[in-house]
Amino acid sequence: MRVTFTVNGRPQEADDVWEGESLLYVLRERMGLPGSKNACEQGECGSCTVRLDGVPVCACLVAAGQCQDREIVTVEGLADYAKERTAGACGAGTCGPGAGISAGIGTGIDEARQWQARPTDESVDLSPIQQAFIDAGAVQCGFCTPGLLVAADELLERNADPTDADIREALSGNLCRCTGYEKILDAVRLAAARQEA
Amino acid sequence: MGTANTPTKITQGTRTKGGIGESTLRPDGTLKVTGEFAYASDLWHEDMLWGFTLRSPHAHARIVSVDISEALAQAGVHAVMTHEDLPAAKTYGLEIQDQPVLADGVVRFHGEPVALVAADHPETARRAAAKIKVVYEQLPLVVDEETATAPGAPILHPDRDDHHAPHSPHPNIVHRQPVVHGDVAAAQALAEVVVTGDYEVGMQDQAFLGPESGLAVPAEDGGVDLYISTQWLHADLRQVAPVLGLPESKVRMTLSGVGGAFGGREDLSMQAHACLLALRTGKPVKIVYNRFESFFGHVHRHPAKLRYEHGATRDGKLVYMKCRIVLDGGPYASSSPAVVGNAASLAVGPYEIENVDIEALALYSNNPPCGAMRGFGAVQACFAYEAQMDKMAAALGMHPVEFRQLNAMSQGSVMPTGQIVDSPAPVAELLRRVRAMPMPPEQQWLAAGETADVRALPGGLSNTTHGEGVVRGVGYAVGIKNVGFSEGFDDYSTARVRIEVIAGEPVATVHTAMAEVGQGGVTVHAQIARTELGVTQVTINPADTRVGSAGSTSASRQTYVTGGAVKHSCEAVREKVLELGRAKFGSYHPAWATAELLLEGGKVVTDGGEVLADLVDVLGGEAVDIELEWRHRPTEPFDLRTGQGFGHVQYSFAAHRAVVEVDTELGLVKVIELACAQDVGKALNPLSVVGQIQGGTTQGLGLAVMEEIIVDPATAKVRNPSFTDYLIPTILDTPPIPVDVLELADDHAPYGLRGVGEAPTLSSTPAVVAAIRAATGLALGRVPVRPEHLTGT
Ligand code: FES
Ligand code: FES
Repeated sequence: MRVTFTVNGRPQEADDVWEGESLLYVLRERMGLPGSKNACEQGECGSCTVRLDGVPVCACLVAAGQCQDREIVTVEGLADYAKERTAGACGAGTCGPGAGISAGIGTGIDEARQWQARPTDESVDLSPIQQAFIDAGAVQCGFCTPGLLVAADELLERNADPTDADIREALSGNLCRCTGYEKILDAVRLAAARQEA
Repeated sequence: MGTANTPTKITQGTRTKGGIGESTLRPDGTLKVTGEFAYASDLWHEDMLWGFTLRSPHAHARIVSVDISEALAQAGVHAVMTHEDLPAAKTYGLEIQDQPVLADGVVRFHGEPVALVAADHPETARRAAAKIKVVYEQLPLVVDEETATAPGAPILHPDRDDHHAPHSPHPNIVHRQPVVHGDVAAAQALAEVVVTGDYEVGMQDQAFLGPESGLAVPAEDGGVDLYISTQWLHADLRQVAPVLGLPESKVRMTLSGVGGAFGGREDLSMQAHACLLALRTGKPVKIVYNRFESFFGHVHRHPAKLRYEHGATRDGKLVYMKCRIVLDGGPYASSSPAVVGNAASLAVGPYEIENVDIEALALYSNNPPCGAMRGFGAVQACFAYEAQMDKMAAALGMHPVEFRQLNAMSQGSVMPTGQIVDSPAPVAELLRRVRAMPMPPEQQWLAAGETADVRALPGGLSNTTHGEGVVRGVGYAVGIKNVGFSEGFDDYSTARVRIEVIAGEPVATVHTAMAEVGQGGVTVHAQIARTELGVTQVTINPADTRVGSAGSTSASRQTYVTGGAVKHSCEAVREKVLELGRAKFGSYHPAWATAELLLEGGKVVTDGGEVLADLVDVLGGEAVDIELEWRHRPTEPFDLRTGQGFGHVQYSFAAHRAVVEVDTELGLVKVIELACAQDVGKALNPLSVVGQIQGGTTQGLGLAVMEEIIVDPATAKVRNPSFTDYLIPTILDTPPIPVDVLELADDHAPYGLRGVGEAPTLSSTPAVVAAIRAATGLALGRVPVRPEHLTGT
């Protein structure tokens, strides 16, 4: 079947999608957006969290066919999404030019061969929560990070000043095996504080 | 509500801009937060196929027949392989090559790989695998020590001829290590108080989030390139090349993004399988395990049964200890021999006890294969000896911390292996520190009354209690872990360092084969290069097998050993740069010949701070490029009868204090706080060090109250291979983890550092259980502690 939807503000089309294919598979393997991670494909770990019409969902549990004509935001589009939200132009993320999605599928071998460090300064366009994760040391292996970022960004969108209990509740669907969560809490607190400032 | 920020204290060291001692941020952080970091499961290649592994549904069975014809006939299927299609070596293994690449005539555990499929879509591959017809004839099971050593027990490796075999008391025992010291029989007469206990540790899983994955690409020279998430590229290479029947030079391995490891990637998973399919089909083949498969695809932490006996005098001095530790290794050796060595040599814990009699062994069984996991044999022992310490303290009427402090080892202590501890061992001090940390606020529901936040109570949002039936307890524990590979292993690492002028700036490049699995080694390597070479710009090259081995990212060893190699190579590069400088400018200034020279801020300076030249001018168009190996001081094997020997290169220590609240009606445990104090020798990156301690602490918490792979004793089948049923701590299960970092330099280690990664995993488990015991008064000899253990149902 063919599925037409919007990903990070950009219209997308996927052909020959099997009925059983998840949104996660289509994003990762057909759209060239491997940012959403595949840690359990069972709705248990939150690594694949994306926004579907603004609502955080586990992309592994959503059949691709369910996304017809709907709006998806992934970690790749988070910076733009947050920027537009601050600009007040589009709270639901249903508009705008979207992130610069690389054409093609997955990560090519040459990219894989050579990861290059990026400076963590203002030259890279990051949302406040992304920057806060880096600054607070909330990223170790980073596999949980994309899903946590999408979930934490959604929390901060509806609750600008969350308590620790609020943060824990909002992120309880996202497993992280590396950090012990303390630095993740620090990161969300930091992003909230910066948002206030 | 709202809890205060967790206080995290760290002693300050000397600082260099972006150098060691600073909390430099990860160089891969930006890629990881934007979703651009290429993990192994993200890789893609034009014309790529998907591999899938058919696994055994039985734990022990003879394979009567395999029919692949129907699978092979499926549209989209490019290859189906069984053991008959293996071109060369049929087995592999880290130490003993006893694990079949694909089952050959017999399967020895539930989930053992039997056949491989390559197809154009992952679903096609899965469906085709389901069409492979395998007829099994089930065999009797070995599931514990009794069934392993009973007369007539099935022998899992009847033809074993490994070097441990002659010393094993039974062919179903992989390895056995006694450690005897002093005279236990004589000391028993002196003991006025004796406590004994039986303990059990369940099978824990590393449960790293990034699934086992890799992409194998056949090369024109008949070789293969593998992009892989692993802990040790060269060990994979050493095992995979013989399976493919290729020289190592034709199998090239590059590290791709690794989503956590914790020991679970030390053994091969799909490395050989992907390469075999790629060479067979002539196409790139990617394998990505799903979570279900991941639980079968890697080794787990050894479950253990431990029996301990301690004797002390009335005034609290421990005089003897006896213990027996039985680890279940599953059907293949993996790293069981080394785990046994660790469990035996660290079985006494960080205490001074003259007279000990220790026996540790690992079984071959039909349970899932076990091998490396963070803490490696020391975790199991720590759970038991710390329970014993509490028991003894209670019997003596002493405070558990004071009793431990009275018996704590220190620098100069003699280990039961006869090894003298020749660097700081601040056991009593770490205990003092965790005890002195401020306590979390008292039971909030009492103060808050009706407005109490139920989210903070045991049961959380399920709203099972408003404080009635909830009791609080506090528990302490401390542990000792070795750092680096032990028992005479040639534990070296290699680093290639280059310095040159690029775009008018001096730039250093560091190339090692170290697997960055999330621990932050890449950050630290750049910090070391900055400190040693005085440049700000450092490029870290991707890890691959074009540079010498870095050894494994395990045993808390990478910052020590590969960090040491980077430092060593940097020093050699610096010497070469200074030589260049002397040749070019030496005649202009006598200090070139007479002063101690350093590289700082892109310049050559004297130790008095006088600037002699810019690095840019010294180097000009030249590059200095040096690759060197570096090793820590040698260790030696333990004597096989007495366990004596200088077996470990370094020890690391951590202590925990746990505060828990237990709903005694439902048996629900809420860990309120888990404070840790750890000595790290020198914190090269304080932010990362604290992150490691918090992460390790959380894994210990998981073992204490929820994590266990449940194996049905009747069938040896795994019952919970999913994140639905194998529970790891969520952010709701994990309390604040305040960390107090101590830095007492170890003079034998680079910068005085001490491996950090594992020690916090040890004491966290017994501390939590001690707190639950304190809250409930129950004995609790087994982890994980489950609700039924608390309610007696
Ligand atoms: S991959 Fe979707 S929740 Fe785990
Ligand atoms: S799972 Fe590795 S950083 Fe969270």
